[in-house]
Amino acid sequence: MCSVLSRARRWAFAFHVLTRQQHTAWESDHHGRLYTGHIQTSPVQKALLAVGSGIAALQNPYRHDMVAVLGETTGHLALVKLRNRMRNNPEGYTILIERPRIQLSTLDLSWMSALPDGSLGREYLCFLEKNKVTPDTRANVKFVDDEELAYVMQRYREVHDLLHTLLGMPTNMLGEVAVKMFEAAQTGLPMCILGAILGPLRLSTSRLQKLTTSLGPWALHSGIHSRCVLSVFYERRWEQNLEDLREELNIEPPPFTLPANSKRPS
Amino acid sequence: MAAPLCALASRTQRSARAELAQRLAGSLTPSLARGQAGVGRRWCGDAARQKSTHFGFQTVPEGEKAARVYKVFESVAGRYDLMNDAMSLGIHRLWKDALLRVMNPQPGLRLLDAAGGTGDISFRFMAYTRSVHEQKLRRRARSNQTPSWQDITASYSSEGAGPPQSRAVVCDINKEMLKVGKGRAEEAGITTGVSWVVGDAEELPFDEDQFDVYTIAFGIRNVTHVEQALQEAFRVLKPGGRFLCLEFSQVSTPLLSKLYDAYSFQVIPVLGEVIAGDWKSYQYLVESIRRFPNQETFKGMIEEAGFARVQYINLTGGICAIHSAFKL
Repeated sequence: MCSVLSRARRWAFAFHVLTRQQHTAWESDHHGRLYTGHIQTSPVQKALLAVGSGIAALQNPYRHDMVAVLGETTGHLALVKLRNRMRNNPEGYTILIERPRIQLSTLDLSWMSALPDGSLGREYLCFLEKNKVTPDTRANVKFVDDEELAYVMQRYREVHDLLHTLLGMPTNMLGEVAVKMFEAAQTGLPMCILGAILGPLRLSTSRLQKLTTSLGPWALHSGIHSRCVLSVFYERRWEQNLEDLREELNIEPPPFTLPANSKRPS
Repeated sequence: MAAPLCALASRTQRSARAELAQRLAGSLTPSLARGQAGVGRRWCGDAARQKSTHFGFQTVPEGEKAARVYKVFESVAGRYDLMNDAMSLGIHRLWKDALLRVMNPQPGLRLLDAAGGTGDISFRFMAYTRSVHEQKLRRRARSNQTPSWQDITASYSSEGAGPPQSRAVVCDINKEMLKVGKGRAEEAGITTGVSWVVGDAEELPFDEDQFDVYTIAFGIRNVTHVEQALQEAFRVLKPGGRFLCLEFSQVSTPLLSKLYDAYSFQVIPVLGEVIAGDWKSYQYLVESIRRFPNQETFKGMIEEAGFARVQYINLTGGICAIHSAFKL
């Protein structure tokens, strides 16, 4: 479109976009909310948020809210593709209809800890305990302007810990980078791709070597060839054996096991 | 701005989506309408008091506004000064310096810094009076190069008295803001002369005729009943005392107004989200600026409260205005 307009008209258009009436009373009363926690944003605001959160996240990688905002503001196309992939899968379609959430309040912890060793539920609980994380620390989606896509984003965030269990990766920097590479290959979210590229820069040389020689290629290969991990109804598969689930999803076991995280980066 | 998606959707689609959205969240945040109805039911017996007021661009029951404003400032307190610098690109410091120049306080005055928050005005007040006092001493020393022995004896006795002590009282309804301010005072080494008091600008915890100067900088637009705050200001000032208000106001030129609006609504909430992790508080801040009466209307309100010689000065094209008045 911009190639058609003359330069002066382009400037006039940009000025108009920036300065036309910024709000209406109705919008402010409801804030244009499509779901709880939704904040309506203009394209200009989304662009500013993407840049600002990117800088903030690079400066301080422990600002998870900024990583989340970056993911939301840059991930529209990838979310649409993911949603379509989920729709085309019967289990994924069920998830989109039923909208399950992975939160401590919805999990039956006593039943899950009684499950046999090697089952998904048991291994997941072990992972949460060993790495001292909880599924409730995920930020809510704010800046996605479609209710279904917002759910897909939220599901992606909540499945992240389960991915750690599926891939057998701890929550230290090396494990997180491996999981990010898997996610980047699977989902195509720009935030994952950015994390997969920039994350290795913070690794020590020995870990970087491990990553480039075996972990990295394995993660990418698994990400490309495995089934869509968001289309798996984990809440109904807690009793399933982890190895069986890996086979079903076409995820190869990790080339070597990493020690559980001693100091938590997150 | 780009037409929101929800405005394009039909009403039925929206309500269906709203239901799905409710199932999406684990916890439900009651919508504003429902919250209002809930409060309304509680206040049912007193229909006359069920008035509503503005909270940014929202409409809320009067009783709720103070609590909501409190929550906003509680959450922004930690990053308040950093955000001020980021949002105004440091210009807020020039505005506050201008307020002090207009005030031109002499040493020995008592200042009430209402809605003083983190203490910006009070710190400037103490520094200003100190520098005025030092200037006086230097001038006196310069003109007194060859003192007689009677002058020397006189100066010994007056030295014991010390400089007249200026005192500033920072009053704010929000404890978090005062805590931040106290921390700043300790870091700057300002130990005497500044006191920190929790209080509501609509009901000040002071007797009448106590203060020489009353200031309220960027605070009066957050007060639920502005007229009451003005009446309280009148009450606690000594006769001859001065009222000064620094507040965001109406921009005079349309071009600047458009740019200012664009900047306020597009950039400031984004800054709030990125720096402080809090979009909604900064959305409230920019909306509350739009709701505040313009320079002339506010001048009329100050006159209503009993003040005389009301004047205002526009700063930065009307983005801010300093209103000055006297209790005569």
